[in-house]
Amino acid sequence: MHTTNAVNGANYLTYQGKYKGLLGWIFSTDHKRIGLLYLYSIATMFATGVLLGLAMKFELLAPGKTIMDAQTYNATFTVHGVIMIFMVVVPGLPAVFGNLMLPIMIGAKDVAFPKLNLLSWWLYVTGVVLVLCALLFGSGTPDTGWTFYAPYSFKSGTNLLPAIFGAFVLGFSSILTGLNFLVTIHRLRCPGMKWSKLPLFVWTLYGTAWIQLLATPVVGITLVLVALERVFGVGIFDPALGGDPVLYQHLFWIYSHPAVYIMILPAMGAISEIIPTFSQKHIFGYKAIIASTMAIAFVGYLVWGHHMFTAGMSGTAQYYFSLLTFIVAIPSAIKVFNWISTMYKGSINIQTPFYWAVSFIFVFMVGGLSGLVLGALATDIYVHDTAFVVAHFHYIVFGGTGFAFFAAMHYWFPKIFGRMYDKAWANIGWLVFFIGFLALYSPMFYLGMMGMPRRYYDYLEEFHGGNILSTLGSWVLVTGFIIIVVNLVRSARKGAPAEVNPWHSKTLEWTVPSPPPVLNFDKEPVLGEKDGPYNYE
Amino acid sequence: MAEHQHAHVEHPDMYDPESSKIGMWLFIFTELLLFGGLFIVYSVYRYMNPDAFHLAAEELNTFIGAFNTVILLVSSMTIAMSTTALQKGHKKVAIALVVITFIIGIGFLVNKYFEWGIKFSHGIWPGSEQMLNEMSQGEILFFGLYFVMTGLHALHIIVGLIIMGFAIKGVANGKVNAKRPSLLDNCGLYWHLVDLIWIFLFPLFYLIH
Repeated sequence: MHTTNAVNGANYLTYQGKYKGLLGWIFSTDHKRIGLLYLYSIATMFATGVLLGLAMKFELLAPGKTIMDAQTYNATFTVHGVIMIFMVVVPGLPAVFGNLMLPIMIGAKDVAFPKLNLLSWWLYVTGVVLVLCALLFGSGTPDTGWTFYAPYSFKSGTNLLPAIFGAFVLGFSSILTGLNFLVTIHRLRCPGMKWSKLPLFVWTLYGTAWIQLLATPVVGITLVLVALERVFGVGIFDPALGGDPVLYQHLFWIYSHPAVYIMILPAMGAISEIIPTFSQKHIFGYKAIIASTMAIAFVGYLVWGHHMFTAGMSGTAQYYFSLLTFIVAIPSAIKVFNWISTMYKGSINIQTPFYWAVSFIFVFMVGGLSGLVLGALATDIYVHDTAFVVAHFHYIVFGGTGFAFFAAMHYWFPKIFGRMYDKAWANIGWLVFFIGFLALYSPMFYLGMMGMPRRYYDYLEEFHGGNILSTLGSWVLVTGFIIIVVNLVRSARKGAPAEVNPWHSKTLEWTVPSPPPVLNFDKEPVLGEKDGPYNYE
Repeated sequence: MAEHQHAHVEHPDMYDPESSKIGMWLFIFTELLLFGGLFIVYSVYRYMNPDAFHLAAEELNTFIGAFNTVILLVSSMTIAMSTTALQKGHKKVAIALVVITFIIGIGFLVNKYFEWGIKFSHGIWPGSEQMLNEMSQGEILFFGLYFVMTGLHALHIIVGLIIMGFAIKGVANGKVNAKRPSLLDNCGLYWHLVDLIWIFLFPLFYLIH
């Protein structure tokens, strides 16, 4: 088992299959190659989204027009949102690390349907191309916001159809990934890999896959209806023809709220792998984490109305949605307590993934608690549609999912590429990024409380100070991002060869060579009674 | 380790009929939720416009609707029989039964074509002047939903027919057989789903008055 590495043997990176070069990648059904395809495409889209975000922050450096007019600003936040939500954070951890690691973690050779897996990636690329068509051609860049709210989404003169269709195709890609993972986890676990011995990352992928499967079709049909509305004028969401725009909002959020749990659950799973590894201690409350994962997946379905407290809804419905929103916060809090308790009396090995994981817990808690401000009826009316919402959302989705993504990247990097990154630069990158993040989003809580609305290219003079700090933060954050990317790209090519198990972890992926061979295992692994994902003695 | 990997580095045959079946059922869940969204929209607007929905439903031809329901139910039976025939190794019977199902599916679409054609000749289509000028908002919504939901259902029929084409080809050249029946099984499951959705669409549009 403990051969040092397999850089010289046939691993999945160097393996020569039916096709050569690039074709050997884009037509490969190997789950690890597909995972890397996702990594490169998602990283590209993330960088694009970051540039748009940077442009928005630059516009807000001073009141009035700084670098763009109102229409351009509207288009910028729309495209930023569509890219970041549908192309980055929703596929994010499942498509990249789920594909790369899930089969190895359960002792399988591949996912259940490798060809379907490749199709998912192709659909992803198709969706991306369609959305880009909306930007480059036609009557102007979409300006509705990523939510495509009716009736503006079929009144706007901009080129929305390809964007809507692109979002639909991306949803289909997400459904197929979820379906594949569900069947894989049910059917391909190696002997001895009981449900009670599944690594927690796999459990969270399981919960996520159910949400992907059951929530995405609802937004699919909603987007189809908006498209039909634009083309034929069917009338379903058009108040002039008797339709109800608020019904659109309901249907949209029936998907899009569960979607934030698609984003955060696998992030929590990655953190649940990293914390016990670097504490060298059994995870505290394994079953509680599983139960809370499934509870989040289930209750997360029933809270969509809290996006619409100001949109016109009966008082009774408001009470229910608010109550359920508070209830869904409990399982998230349980997880935080479990992570902290895992560290307690552990022998903590401070490495880059651990820094990311601990900062994840911090930003996730700030994001989660500010979410309760929005889930409470009275305070939501006050801060609805202000910068406060933007701050909360970015703390959860960027601070939560984004930080967990970087944590997972630095954790599994040696396994994926068979090389180790420069730890000093990785730590510097993390610190700069973290400081930039706090400076970028923290002022927006304050600005929102003071009443600065979101989605305006302009603001009152009194908000100037906070916005300057926020814009400066965006520059620091991007600097950190560049340090991280340069370090990782350089290390993937020239880093020192990595050991089989550099972090002394107990899950199965650390028993195979780095990088793994094409079929993952030479011999199907068997888990004994004493083996388990977190059995540190 | 290294030389061992070269020996059987091609992906092994991972065929598992149980996985295929679970996968298909999960896909059917997504389809049900896709139409579920439309059923929610329908029920909300029916609740808001009971009289208009009643009036508009009188326009639809219950006979064609009922006829289509009956032939679709029969086609579900024939495809189920073809699955059983394949299990028993009666290849030709299996192919014949899928072909019958295919023909019935085409028949359903032909009826649908005439039904829609009659509506069009009466000037009823989404956004038509007739609808916008003479109909109440509730009726516009009814016909909007009618065209969207039966249209989406017809699209599923077409997809089902395409899958049947592949199933016929597979059974004919022996790639789909009693030991590897997944394509035909899943084709059957999908066709039952298409049938099931119609079973809901038919009363919602044609029968409830």
